[in-house]
Formats: sequence, structure tokens, C-alpha cells
Amino acid sequence: MSKLRLRNFLLGITAAVMLGMGSTQAATPSNTFVMAKDIADIITMDPAEVFELTTGEIIANIYDRIMMFEPEDLQTLVGGVAESWEVSNGGKTITFKIRPGLKFHSGNPVRAEDVAWSLQRVVKLNKTPAFIITQFGWTADNVDSLVKATDDLTLSVSITEDFSPGLVLNALSAGVASVVDKELVMSHEKDGDLGYDWLKSNSAGSGAFSLKTWKANEIVTLEANPGYRHGAPGMKRVILRHVAEPSSQRLLLEKADIDMARNLTPDQVKGIEGNSDIAIDGYPKGTIVYMAANAAHPILGKEEVVQALRHLVDYESMANSFLAGQFVVHQSFWPGGLWAALEETPYKQNVAEAKSLLKAAGHGDGFELTIHTLTNSPFPEIAQAVQANLAKGGIKANIVTLEGKTLWPKYRAREHDIILARWSPDYVDPHSNADAFAHNPDNRLEAKLTGVLAWRNAWADESSNMLAVKARNELDIDKRKQQYLDLQAMLQKKGPFVIMFQQNEQVARRTNLQGFVSGSNFDLVFYRNVKKQ
Amino acid sequence: MDQASSSKAAGPGPALPSKLVKISGVLVSLTLTFLGLTAITFVISRVMPVDPVLAIVGDRASNEVYQQVYLQLGLDKPIYIQYLRYLGQLAEGDLGTSIMTAQPVIEDIKRFFPATLELATIATLLGIFIGVPMGVFAAVHQGRWPDHIVRVVALLGYSAPIFWLGLVALLVFYAKLGWVAGPGRLDVFYDGIIEPVSGILMLDAALARDWDIFYNALSHLILPASILGTFALAYIARMTRSFMLDQLSQEYILTARVKGIPESQVIWRHAFRNVLVQLITIIGLTYASLLEGSVLTETVFSWPGIGQYITNSLFNNDMNAVLGGTIVVGACFVGINMLSDLLYRLVDPRIR
Repeated sequence: MSKLRLRNFLLGITAAVMLGMGSTQAATPSNTFVMAKDIADIITMDPAEVFELTTGEIIANIYDRIMMFEPEDLQTLVGGVAESWEVSNGGKTITFKIRPGLKFHSGNPVRAEDVAWSLQRVVKLNKTPAFIITQFGWTADNVDSLVKATDDLTLSVSITEDFSPGLVLNALSAGVASVVDKELVMSHEKDGDLGYDWLKSNSAGSGAFSLKTWKANEIVTLEANPGYRHGAPGMKRVILRHVAEPSSQRLLLEKADIDMARNLTPDQVKGIEGNSDIAIDGYPKGTIVYMAANAAHPILGKEEVVQALRHLVDYESMANSFLAGQFVVHQSFWPGGLWAALEETPYKQNVAEAKSLLKAAGHGDGFELTIHTLTNSPFPEIAQAVQANLAKGGIKANIVTLEGKTLWPKYRAREHDIILARWSPDYVDPHSNADAFAHNPDNRLEAKLTGVLAWRNAWADESSNMLAVKARNELDIDKRKQQYLDLQAMLQKKGPFVIMFQQNEQVARRTNLQGFVSGSNFDLVFYRNVKKQ
Repeated sequence: MDQASSSKAAGPGPALPSKLVKISGVLVSLTLTFLGLTAITFVISRVMPVDPVLAIVGDRASNEVYQQVYLQLGLDKPIYIQYLRYLGQLAEGDLGTSIMTAQPVIEDIKRFFPATLELATIATLLGIFIGVPMGVFAAVHQGRWPDHIVRVVALLGYSAPIFWLGLVALLVFYAKLGWVAGPGRLDVFYDGIIEPVSGILMLDAALARDWDIFYNALSHLILPASILGTFALAYIARMTRSFMLDQLSQEYILTARVKGIPESQVIWRHAFRNVLVQLITIIGLTYASLLEGSVLTETVFSWPGIGQYITNSLFNNDMNAVLGGTIVVGACFVGINMLSDLLYRLVDPRIR
């Protein structure tokens, strides 16, 4: 008997070994969407605090927002949990009707009370992204009276600043406008923290998926919500697997152990182009790459000098060589493809023009400066190309590369000459970028408007400030669009910025997987239409 | 063996007080070691030009939000107050909360450390069971072709960049041949099925008698463990070889050979026993350094280990996590040192 057992055991082991080894050949399960992504940036899952790229897209799939862009039509702002809305009180009050019959993942009904509480919670917690809505004049003290439910399905939102209602509606499509299940979250409240501790690693939404697990630097698992208002998602589960090394992502994709690789380098994309089982999709994103000159610098503070920089950079040759496929030339502060974007690119390398500008500024003999940039690709490569470009105008540029965590404190303290960095909108309204690039109401060092790019570069301009405020408050949508176009054109000629490129995200997927949608903003990524053949 | 009797004189049961003195001596030196370790790490973390507040609030935060977190973290207090406060928490067994993972650091370590432990243990075992015989073999055939082969292999294993070796191994054994599973600890559809008991997947799977998961975990482990094992093996083989050469040229070996003792006994019983103490030292050090986690291997193989955890924490200036990780690594070194001390006593009667 015991001999027989031993033999069975050994047989079992052998079979299991063969099965185990065999399983490396198998594809991912047909009801599960597995993607490899560098997810080391995740620090919280709470929509009141989320401001990172990866979690931005995750919460977009977990929570419905008050207003939304849907994957079926990424250009049009529609109601999320809001069925309809009405603007009154000279544009200062918006009354939303909430869709009836919506349910959270917990089974609780979605009430106007939940929506109001979600916004109040963001204002009271006052984490980094809170400014998106506190700019309307909301504070912890007044938000309860300005944002309130008047009945089960009616929400009244009032602002105290003169903002255009179009802007308010756009801002209410941002992550901070995610609708959170009040009852569930408050059942996990600790010491009046509004459920902050709990919601960091849990979810309480009404969106297409719910958060099943988050293991930092390892895996995020989302589970489909079969009762979603647009119908059950195509996949039962979505898995984001942390694979930091792009080469490993490529191998996993080629072996069909994952369905999608999110962080391939241009070389790797080239390497798999011939593979008929893999498709490469390009999605224009809202991230722009720009250089900025510190206006407090004795030389860089002169407008002719910055204008000369714009003429020295060879945008085309970078976009056609090492940036090919991943970046396109873009020269205004609002990303192309979005409403009110200025798509014109007036600058090409023109060394003669640059030299005469430098001469006019009194720096015909050249000067020396330092470019600070990030360590990750493509920033060092761009900095090197720019270095060579500037040398043509007699400018000697030194390059210093730093991790973001070291670079940003320098930038926020105005300790740079030239910075080469990126920027992406916080929400889909041109005000998001205009407020950063063009609007600096207090240029004093003590003012510490550290979130404002113009302030970080010690640059303030009366006409630019005025136009930014005017466009922000404009009620007429066509006029508003024209004002933003004018503002972008203005900043193409003056100001500290040399705007260079716009990102094009390259995503590699197995061809049997379809329906992945990635829109122009970082949090417009949708998993619910993904299907497998 | 023969000289053992001399040390026996001090042997039978030292008086109880002296034992207590010894133990308390060890405790004091342990405490000092950890105090030094935390103090140095703490100071380094504060002089680095990185801003821990920005790690939490992001680079776009307004000054108001920034100040709020700055005060929450107690960064306005002098550094020694911050340090004392940290020590106070530590004494209560609280390592703080990680910024990166939003979990208590102790929970993170419970999750990441077993992954490294699993990898480092298998790698060290490979190093011992292949490296030691290789080293002995090379020493015995010094100057002839087996020696040259072992030396070249050891040199390669020691000098080839582990990052490159890992990628090539993945390409060959995973992508081309399909013999083993790819990056990660488990295939995704096995994830979260078994309850973590020890955190060591193979052990947990065996306990749960889930052999599919056991072999899947094994299949994922083989490649990274072998890569790390190559490194351990190369080092151990080289050291074994040189220790053995040293012993084999001693006069007592000549005596033994003259007495007509069989060669295998001369090598294994006479020469090898005398290199054991040295070998234990370097094996202990190798194991300890592997337990720190190998960042490159962990990155290439998407292995959620302590090395990646500490490195990522450093990049994010997540000081609670860095300090917690450092303490664990420090504890490993101390623990392995004590274990080595114990083993010395077992193999070398003179130290008893």
C-alpha cells in the first residue's frame, strides 16, 4: 500500500511538473485583461488625493464622475451620474439632476447626497488635486452650503468666483469629481478622517470596475461591475502587473503571458513591428514637453534671448529621429486635438534669426547656462540635442539630470537657469494649462505660488494675466475659444516658455484583444470596452 | 581534531554569572549596532537634497497643502527630536507607514522579504552545492585543465553583469525554449488563490497541497535563482579553491600522504575540514548580501523583493520604508553572523 502511494505521489509530481512547465505556454484567460505597466507611481487609490498617472486611469474605471468623457466619444463632455443640468443665477449656480436607479458596487443607491458629500470631502481633506474645485471659491467652511443636495436626485452647486460655467462643468469631469459611496466610506471612518485611511487602498464607486486588490509594486486587480449603467464590461477582470523593465514587458507580450505592454521604448516597438500577433497603437496624449527660462536670470530674463532660443531648437529633426512615434512637434501650451488648441507650429530652426536676436540683446558673443532636466528617457536625449542646437548660437549649455524628487524642489524654489520638463493638464479645460503657463497674479518670491509654472520662472505679464482671467470667466463659448487661441499665440511670442513636443503614447497589444481606449488626458483611459476574440 | 583537548580545560559549564555577562554583552552590542544603523540612515535621509513632502503631495501642490503635510510629518522640529520620536515608535514595534504603499512598513516587509528570502536561499544553496565541490576539484587539479575551466566559469559568473545575464537567460529559456515561466513570482491567474502563511510561495503552496501553484512558483523561481546562484557559486568556488590550495600545501597533508592515507580522505577529511571555518564565513556573507535583495535581478524578473522595495523607497524619499528595510537587512547580517559563530563551534573543536 505504502509503496503504491509513493509511486502515485511520484507520478503526481511528474505530471504536475509537466503541467507546470506547460502552463508557461498558455495565453491569458479569455475573461481577463492582463497588462504590464510600471505601476511604482501608485501611492493612493483615494479619488480625493489621486494625482499620479497610473491611479488617474484606474480611478477613471472605478468611479463614475459627475460629468464625463466616455470612451465612445472622447471629444464630447456628457453627464456621468448627472442626467441633466441647468445653469442659473448669472452662471453661478448649476443644478444637476442625478440619473435615477444608479447603484454603487456595495448595492447602495447613488443619491445626490453622495455626490455632494464627495465634493465636500475633497475640499475638507484638501489634498493636492483639491485646487481643481477649491478655485471656485469653496472652502472647508462654506462648501456645505455651496454644494448641497436639495432632494434625493437633485444637486445644487454654487460658486463664488466669476468662473465660466463651461469651465466648472469641465472641472467636474476630473478625478476629484468621482462619486464616492458615502455610507460605505463613513462606516470605515476613523477619528473624523472622512474614511481617508480606508479609501487609500479600497474602492467605493459606481463605475465599470471595482478594486479587488492592490499590492504595491506588484499587482492591481480590478473586478467587473456587471450592473454598470452601460452594461457589464467585456472582461471579468483587469490586471495591471508591475513590470518595471521594458525588455521584460516585451518578452512577456511576445510569449502572450500578457495582453498589453504599456511602457515599451522606441527600439522595442521597432523590434516587434514585424510580429503579426502584435499590434501597435498610437494615442496622442495631453503631455507636452517644454523648456522654460528663469526670468530672474540676468540674461534669460530678456525677451529677445528666449525668442532666440525658440529659433535655435531644431524641433523637426528630433521628432523625426529619436522621438519618432513617441512625440510630435507642438508649440502652444494647450495640447493638440483638444478643444481650443492652437495647432500652428511657427518655429523651425533659424540660426541667422536667432543670432541677430542675441546680438540685439547684447549677447552676440554667446554666454553659458545650465539646463536641468529629468533622468528618464527621452529628457536627457532631448537636452543633448538642444545643447547642440544652442551651440550654433554661441550658447554653451551644461546639462544636469536629476530625479523628479530632486528636480522639482529646485524648480519650485526658482533655482534653475533653464528647465526641460513635461506638463499635462489636470482636467480637460484650457484653463488648466492657462492657469499654470499664463497666469501669475503675484510674482514675489514670498508669494510661493509654487504650483504655477509662470511663477516658478519668475515671469508675470499684465496682458497675459488679464486675458487668462477673461477667458476663464467668459460665458460665451465661441468667444472663450477665441480668447484661448489668442492667449496661446501670445505665449508663443513672449514669456519664458519654449514649447516643443506633444506625447504620442505607443501601446503594444496582442491582436486578439480589442477595444482599449486611451484619450488625450492621462485619466481618459478606459478598460470597459475591451474584448478578446 | 587532535588539538581539541587543550581548549576543553575551560570547558565544563562556566559559572552562571559569566554566562549572563556574555549574553548581556551581546545584547548591548546588538542595541548599539541598531542605534548606529538607524542614526546613520536617519541622518543620510535628512541631508539628501530630496523633499519628503513633495513625495507625498506631488510637484504641483500649492504652498498651503505643502505646509500642511510639512507640519504633519514633524519636519519643522529639530532633527534629533525627529530621530528620538522615531526611536520611540520603534521601541513600540511601530515602523511607521510607508508613503509609497500606504501600508504599515511592517506589513510591506512581511510581503517583500519572503520573496527575497526564497530567492536568496535557493541561490545560496546552489552556490554551496555546486561551488564548493567545484572549488575543491579545481584546487586538487591545480594548474591543469579542470582548474582552468573552473576559473573561467568563476570569473564569468563574477564579472558578467547580472542584468545582462538575466535578460539573456529570459530570452533563451523563457522566450525561445519555453522551459520556464517568465518574470513575476506566479502566473497572474494563480495569484491570490492560496492564503499566504509564510509568504514563501512554494512553502505555502506545499502546505496547501496545491501542486499546480507549487510548480508554477518553482518554474518562475528557477531562472532568477540560477542567475543569482551563478554569482554566489562563482564567488564561493573561487574562495574554496584558494583556501584549499593553502591547506594542500601544508606539511600535515604531506605527512598524511606519506602515511598512505587514501587521497580522498586526505582531501575531504584533512584539508577540507580545515577550510570549513573560512568557508562558513564567506558563505554567510554571500547569503547576507543576497538577502539585501538584488535590485537588478528583481527588476529584470519583476520580483517583488526587498531590494526593489528599498530602492523605490529611496527614490521616493519614503524614509519610514527605507529605515524599516535597513533595520531588516541589518538584522539579517547580525543574525547570520551569530549563526556563523554557532557553526564555527560545531566544525572547529578549538572554539568550543
